[in-house]
Amino acid sequence: MSENKLKMSSSPHIRSKVTSANIMLYVTIALLPASAFGIWNFGMSALVTLICTTASAVLTEYIYEKLMHKKITVDDFSAVVTGLLLGLNMPASAPWWMGVIGGIFAILIVKQLFGGLGQNFMNPALGARCFLLISFTSQMTTFVYDGVTGPTPLAQLKSGEAVDSMSMLLGRIPGTIGETSVIAIIIGAIFLILMGVIDLRIPGTYIATFVVFIGIFGHFANPDVGFFDPQYITAHLCGGGLMLGAWFMATDYVTSPITKRGQIVYGMLLGILTGLFRLFGGSAEGVSYAIIISNLIVPLIERVTLPKPFGKGGEK
Amino acid sequence: MNNCTERIYNGLVKENPTFVLMLGMCPTLAVTTSAVNGVGMGLSTTVVLVLSNMLISMLRKIIPDSVRMPAFIVVVASFVTIVQFLLEGFVPSLYDSLGLYIPLIVVNCIILGRAESYASKNPVLPSIFDGIGMGLGFTVGLTAIGIVREFIGTGAVFGQQILPLADAAAGKGGYVPVTIFILPPGAFLVLAFLVALQNKVKNNAAKKGKKVPESAGCGEGCASCGNSACGGKVFPTGNEK
Repeated sequence: MSENKLKMSSSPHIRSKVTSANIMLYVTIALLPASAFGIWNFGMSALVTLICTTASAVLTEYIYEKLMHKKITVDDFSAVVTGLLLGLNMPASAPWWMGVIGGIFAILIVKQLFGGLGQNFMNPALGARCFLLISFTSQMTTFVYDGVTGPTPLAQLKSGEAVDSMSMLLGRIPGTIGETSVIAIIIGAIFLILMGVIDLRIPGTYIATFVVFIGIFGHFANPDVGFFDPQYITAHLCGGGLMLGAWFMATDYVTSPITKRGQIVYGMLLGILTGLFRLFGGSAEGVSYAIIISNLIVPLIERVTLPKPFGKGGEK
Repeated sequence: MNNCTERIYNGLVKENPTFVLMLGMCPTLAVTTSAVNGVGMGLSTTVVLVLSNMLISMLRKIIPDSVRMPAFIVVVASFVTIVQFLLEGFVPSLYDSLGLYIPLIVVNCIILGRAESYASKNPVLPSIFDGIGMGLGFTVGLTAIGIVREFIGTGAVFGQQILPLADAAAGKGGYVPVTIFILPPGAFLVLAFLVALQNKVKNNAAKKGKKVPESAGCGEGCASCGNSACGGKVFPTGNEK
């Protein structure tokens, strides 16, 4: 009988099969190319860092929810994504305990204390990265590549040196574990877009605004560079955490606007802030600060871009 | 005299200005980068608070109600100036590290708050003890925050290195200080955690206190009670909820 299939309840009657758990699983899968490349590029120390951050994030979530008698949400993969993203944002040469501290900070302070998944006001992985960056500045900004400690291409770019865009695209450069290979990140991003997890709105506006900003103001920061110098713009696009940030961290559902217009405003804000920090800031990189600052402004953006319900507003 | 000890208990525990009233947050967050700074700031404030409470309580019938705020400020500012000169003269290092926050004691809301809500309405002796209690409460709060921040941020307590620092250049392992704790974000983190801890302790104490409700009407515990009609139900164990 069909009666058993009819649910007697109020709307909604049709539910999507998409759950937090499978979205987070897709994101984890999408991060694998970048992780694999990072491990290949930086060796086993990268693997150790990734394991430490992920394990500590998951364990922290489990222990906290156990102690607080909450529902255990470890199986929804959100802590795995946070831990993995944090690891990808750390240099491979960072000691293992730094990853553990970062994972604990991300989950305990940035996520759980504000109410767990869906309640955090800031991207947990980036919050923890900035915590580590401020606390352990030297370890977090020392990049060892092929046994040599050297500046990242972005730092070279800032000091006016020439950089090789091709190796930046492939990822054979010093940097954090996950940010170096643009190709590996793009593979993950395409997977996410195909699976419908993210759309182009935020990353697209972010990158477009950033290109325009760098194109115009690159000349003011560095007089040798002309307006819209393609070489300079490519180097900025492929260097640093821009790609990782734009595709994987700016698009975090919890900390980005829901409204479509809001997402565009958010993307533009990210582009401008990143450009500002990179060109005129003290350090060469500014993606993580740009994203967490924009995270804080999201409630305001949503407030002004809230669409009018049908029938409301208009002429009286 | 009972009233006086009650005032001190009130300031230290019940209405602790840092952890319960959340007053004077500006110096609390700004100067507690080390335990010494916390103690210094707390004691300076205590001295000003006791003296201003005393004087304002003495003058409470003379000061007209409509100009009481300017009058209080003048009294407080005079004492702050005295404290400032004394600090500058005798402990210049502390004076340098507290800097701007010493003159800012004038507008510390604990001091004006106590003047307005207590000293201007009560006799001299309780007002003095109110000042001592509140001041000590503030000192304890600042010192606690200072100790935690200094310990995590530099591995030292009161300037004494407790944990040996790591030295990467010499290849020596040891404690790597978490610098963020002596920077502004650390102040917010430590304050929040200490307030949470304090609330936890208080809630536990309150739960224990509930075991013998005053309204039960049978004073003592069930053991000594002859009335078995209640079946021990008037003494909730606190585990029901």
